[in-house]
Amino acid sequence: MPTKPESSVSVEDAARAPLMEIRDLNVHYELRGSALARLVGGEGETVKAVDGVNLVLERGEVLGLVGESGSGKTTLGRALLGLVRPTSGHIGYGSHDLASLAQRQLRPLRRQLQMVFQDPHAALNPSMEVSTAVAHPLRIHGLVNSKAEGRSRAAEALERVGLSPAEQFLDKLPAELSGGQKQRAVIARAIICGPELLVADEPISMLDMSVRAKILELMLDLRADLDLTYVYITHDLATAKFFCDRVAIMYLGRIVEIGPTEEIFADPKHPYTQALLRAVPDLDPDRRVPRDLPRGEIPDAAAPPHGCSFHPRCPYAFEPCGWEARDLRAMFERRWLALGEDAYAKEGPLVGEIDEVDPNQELVRLRAGRHASELVSLLSEARADDPDEPLWRGVEGIEQDGGTVVVRFREGVDPALGSVNDIDVACHLHNPDLRPT
Amino acid sequence: MTEPVLSVRDLRVWYGTERGPVQAVDGVSFDLRPGETLGLVGESGCGKSTLGRGVLGLLPRAAKLAGEVNYHGRNLVTATPREVQRLRGPDLGLIFQEPLTRLNPLLRISQHFEETLRTHEPGLSKREIQHRSIEVLRAMGIPPTRYRAYPHEFSGGMRQRIMIAMALVLRPSFVVADEPTTALDVLVEAQIIGILADLRRNFDTSLLFITHNLGIVAEACDRVAVMYAGRIVEQGPVADVFARPQHPYTKELLRSTISLSTTGLHYIPGAPPDLVEPPSGCRFHPRCPSAMRVCPERFPEPVAVGPQTVECWLHGPSDLVPAGGSEPLAREEITVADEA
Ligand SMILES: Nc1ncnc2c1ncn2[C@@H]1O[C@H](COP(=O)(O)OP(=O)(O)OP(=O)(O)O)[C@@H](O)[C@H]1O
Ligand SMILES: Nc1ncnc2c1ncn2[C@@H]1O[C@H](COP(=O)(O)OP(=O)(O)OP(=O)(O)O)[C@@H](O)[C@H]1O
Ligand code: SF4
Ligand code: SF4
Ligand SMILES: [Mg+2]
Ligand SMILES: [Mg+2]
Repeated sequence: MPTKPESSVSVEDAARAPLMEIRDLNVHYELRGSALARLVGGEGETVKAVDGVNLVLERGEVLGLVGESGSGKTTLGRALLGLVRPTSGHIGYGSHDLASLAQRQLRPLRRQLQMVFQDPHAALNPSMEVSTAVAHPLRIHGLVNSKAEGRSRAAEALERVGLSPAEQFLDKLPAELSGGQKQRAVIARAIICGPELLVADEPISMLDMSVRAKILELMLDLRADLDLTYVYITHDLATAKFFCDRVAIMYLGRIVEIGPTEEIFADPKHPYTQALLRAVPDLDPDRRVPRDLPRGEIPDAAAPPHGCSFHPRCPYAFEPCGWEARDLRAMFERRWLALGEDAYAKEGPLVGEIDEVDPNQELVRLRAGRHASELVSLLSEARADDPDEPLWRGVEGIEQDGGTVVVRFREGVDPALGSVNDIDVACHLHNPDLRPT
Repeated sequence: MTEPVLSVRDLRVWYGTERGPVQAVDGVSFDLRPGETLGLVGESGCGKSTLGRGVLGLLPRAAKLAGEVNYHGRNLVTATPREVQRLRGPDLGLIFQEPLTRLNPLLRISQHFEETLRTHEPGLSKREIQHRSIEVLRAMGIPPTRYRAYPHEFSGGMRQRIMIAMALVLRPSFVVADEPTTALDVLVEAQIIGILADLRRNFDTSLLFITHNLGIVAEACDRVAVMYAGRIVEQGPVADVFARPQHPYTKELLRSTISLSTTGLHYIPGAPPDLVEPPSGCRFHPRCPSAMRVCPERFPEPVAVGPQTVECWLHGPSDLVPAGGSEPLAREEITVADEA
């Protein structure tokens, strides 16, 4: 039974220069806003798919990028291979900066940098035989002189990934292979040029449980034999724990926690990491997933929350975490969820449309007309009903100004990564200047 | 013990294909009691969705159905399509994996609920409809402020919860949930599992919960049925089956699952069989580490082992095993290439 290998980053490896150094990397996507719209002053929405990421990739390590859907894992992984153009920042690779190289200069480097995708069915051209598909990168990079040479190199690669005897597979079409066999062929194609780095984007999540272990084992073998570095992208914490030397937890385009796998799983520092780990259902029927998990879901990436983007869901959020108008609305929704239809019918009109105000404002004006004082008392009633609601820690004052009720929040601060022992974490709870006493 | 809500006996489903009939469900029997959740697990293609849809009479035309699905004294397999159609909704519900395709983007959530309730309970007043809908949405964590919103205004997880609410607003006594959390993130998945687990308490609904994820079964189900190549090879209470699996396939499936406590990799050699030409006798015999000579010869009988029911010759009945039948089966090596 193959067991978890010792971290292969030995003393000797550590002395070597890192494989890649990523600094202040941003990948932003413009939505809707066309060039014309910008000309006439209209602003499109921007999704910060990767938002100020710093990362050093050591040679020979397996780095996990873990996070929920839309957190930017794939975008970051593709950026490392020069497959998406960063908005700004640097990706140091040898003497090059992949972030600013032209396509023409990138191409020869891509030999060294390969990707394995989530869906092996989509990754292989259905009308291309396995031998042609696997040898394809060799031809793109002009590394073979004849079709026969490509075929024999493909056969070697197939043998290497366990598709043996290769003759049985060379002339098959993808439809004739099982899911696991297809993923092996995709891996064969990725290693055929002798890469240094393999970005594996959810390589086993579409496969059956009984096949996943086989592919992971193959990836571990290849890493040892071919001296590979892996970036393993997943939302599955269990395989990340088994497979990775280090993990980076991502939330809305940022790395919120990064460190050695063992330490992060034993003692996660970020409230989001803690929640993720608690949410994994365990095989032991006596162990229950707790019910007090963070509320809500990942917010719209085009309008991320103010301050710490996890604050609307964070049970520990406090004064500097970035309180804003939207949080007030969410508080009322939770209140009506608990109290029901009648409370909503009575209080809803009084509160009005909180959406109307500009989000990301530390000051909310609620127009209540002659009901302003009723609204002020409703707010104190809500606070009295649920005093532990983190939002109240961020409310600095509630005042009545004629027919308007003004709610003022503490100023939000964006958490930066700071180190706690071997772990880097972006959370104010770990910032000695801000943390509550 | 209480009467089962649903009692399935020797259910069979075939799909006609060019290569011949696909035996997707091949003689399955189980009971479901009020408020009970039965987890249905097994590798891709073993027939889980076919079984779930077959029970509800929702199979494509090309499929053929035989056996019994007994629901309130009626066999749904022989009932007319109209009879089954009338039961669907108020009695039998289905929760799919991809909710967006089931919600009409042009209709508000409130209109979806009005339509569903008007169709099945024509006597309800507008106020009653609204009240019932908002209450069930609240139980799923959707606040009353969102009652008049459109489907696209919700996240994937919220839409999935709305779908569950729409299935439950009719208070069905039996629901099939086919991989209801597969497309969702861990935290949202945990919320939905919690909601489904509360179902039995709050609504007394029985649930057939189809999933790949054994962790979810441990979390949300009372009993589990393990399916292999169209048959249920082991069933019983989750705690017993997970602590003391009796069928070699169940054991292998549990061992190959990667969990947070995994320290070594394990996998089942070989691949699931082609259901057009399944292996003879016990379908698992080409991959089974304990296979015996009797295994490819004869179909194993269901045997009670403690609280579990198991189909495996290791558990007898020994008087049916021919002489020499329990000798190990000599087999060809399975190559990695066949495995993948
Ligand atoms: N080409 C694109 N144009 C516009 N937005 C994009 C594009 N690609 C990704 N995004 C957005 O960027 C964010 C990050 O997406 P990305 O695919 O990197 O996330 P992910 O972590 O890989 O998610 P998943 O787990 O679902 O694969 C998302 O909000 C996504 O909608
Ligand atoms: N409409 C169909 N026509 C022909 N064969 C079908 C049809 N639907 C399913 N099958 C076959 O029937 C078998 C059982 O399929 P089913 O979808 O029930 O499996 P499943 O256990 O739900 O798999 P998964 O875990 O991948 O959802 C498979 O071999 C499948 O290829
Ligand atoms: S900074 Fe830390 S405490 Fe504040 S909201 Fe973010 S995770 Fe929670
Ligand atoms: S019947 Fe035989 S082949 Fe089938 S599971 Fe039991 S021992 Fe294995
Ligand atoms: Mg992705
Ligand atoms: Mg299915």
